[in-house]
Amino acid sequence: MSLLEVETVSSFYGDFQALYDVSLAVDAGETVAIIGANGAGKSTLLNIIAGLFPNRGGAIHFDGSLIDRLPTHLRVELGISLVPEGRRVFPSLTVRENLLVGAYRKRPGPWDVPAVLALFPLLSFRSDQRAAVLSGGEQQALAIGRALMSNPRLLLLDEVSLGLAPVVVGQVYAAIPAIAAAGTGVLLVEQNIEQALAAAKRVSCLLEGRIALTGSPSELSRDAIVTAYFGI
Amino acid sequence: MDWVNAVVQGLLLGGLYALLATGLSLVFGVMRMVNLAHGDLSILAAYLALVVVSATGLNPFLAIPVVVPAMMIGGYLLQRLLLNRSVDHGPMSPLLITFGLSVIIQNVLLDVFSADSRGLDAGQIENASIHLTDAIGIGVFPSVTLLVAIGVLGGLALLLARTQLGRAIRATSDDHTAARLVGIDNRHLYAVALAIALGTAAIAGVFLGIRTTFGPSDGPIQLISAFEAVIMGGLGSLWGTLVGGMTLGVAQALGAQISPSFQLLAGHLAFLAVLIVRPHGLFAPSGARQA
Repeated sequence: MSLLEVETVSSFYGDFQALYDVSLAVDAGETVAIIGANGAGKSTLLNIIAGLFPNRGGAIHFDGSLIDRLPTHLRVELGISLVPEGRRVFPSLTVRENLLVGAYRKRPGPWDVPAVLALFPLLSFRSDQRAAVLSGGEQQALAIGRALMSNPRLLLLDEVSLGLAPVVVGQVYAAIPAIAAAGTGVLLVEQNIEQALAAAKRVSCLLEGRIALTGSPSELSRDAIVTAYFGI
Repeated sequence: MDWVNAVVQGLLLGGLYALLATGLSLVFGVMRMVNLAHGDLSILAAYLALVVVSATGLNPFLAIPVVVPAMMIGGYLLQRLLLNRSVDHGPMSPLLITFGLSVIIQNVLLDVFSADSRGLDAGQIENASIHLTDAIGIGVFPSVTLLVAIGVLGGLALLLARTQLGRAIRATSDDHTAARLVGIDNRHLYAVALAIALGTAAIAGVFLGIRTTFGPSDGPIQLISAFEAVIMGGLGSLWGTLVGGMTLGVAQALGAQISPSFQLLAGHLAFLAVLIVRPHGLFAPSGARQA
């Protein structure tokens, strides 16, 4: 049994169906990517796993137990941590305070403030500055660091490369192997296909709310991915 | 010299207004909710103190250790059982619910305690004063009020700045969705915030009851004073609230010096003047924490 098992989950915004019977699994220490165009339902899926949106139909198991009805903060307690789209660091808190509040649930594990600052050295120079004054890349690093502070068993990354300079994207993605090496499952959502293929062991492509393609980056052909991505 | 005396008395009165305003400011900061029953809840605390004092014969100051925890528990339950149902539905429904609560509290107090004005008798401290000169006397009780206000604000500032609970409160104030994502149970946190707010309102209520007489329908006027203190100081700034309260107190005292009937109006005029000159208040925090 995998760490995370999403089985035939659907989701609706009012009458609009955003996800149709989506299934996927993530193992401990494994990095899985979900790619897809704008509006394909990638963020919706991560928000459902984190408990911000309810799923309709299907089931979500984490470490063998059903978590569909658990509120977000109890999913964090179990070890599910989402880095939300748009970073959403706490602007009035300092970098250090953002990290400390990330450990609100006091889950034990390898990640603490020094470990996160060692992973993202760019933050260590700014630890007493308010998060509002950080650059986009620094805020993204802080958002990931804040999520790591809960010592998650499953880390959900939503469009962490969005709006960042390529060199900064490289720095952010360079952190993922170290995170997975600690046994954490990583499920990341990307529009940047190259980035996703390079980082993940398995890739699923969402097209208009359905999984259109799934496989390992080496076995998926370029054409198959383009077809699944754009639906043409 | 009368004018100097008025300023001194006004500054001391500001302590009471700051005590009243702190909880209002905290609740707005964390939940973006305006608690229209805040004044009535502090009058309720004054009546609770009255009950304790009548039943035991204790000095009203000694009723504080009973009234404050009672109001805090009440605040926690009020948020959990009632107000949490409304906070996700925009600013209008908490306004209506707390307005209804205000009406209910006033009518229950009227029913139980009658419309007569009551007071809390703290004994000699009420009239004791230290005479600096022949014209300027500093009342012991107003000074204690101001010191308690500074203590409460200082304690709250420390709590917010240094503790994990304080960080969680500020984080929730910044972004309640992101707060849930770090594992904060925002509904519990809202209830803790209202508990703290009503704890401070309870202290304010007891000091108000010692300072002056109070009746069942006195809540709304306290609410307006608290509001003006918060807005003048700048939303989200605790020490600004103290300065706002003092500004209001000084304006009222100076107004009363001109004519006793001018007292309240002078406070409102000072409020309008601050709004015109600095719409965000005297000490509005810069950057993200804007309402």
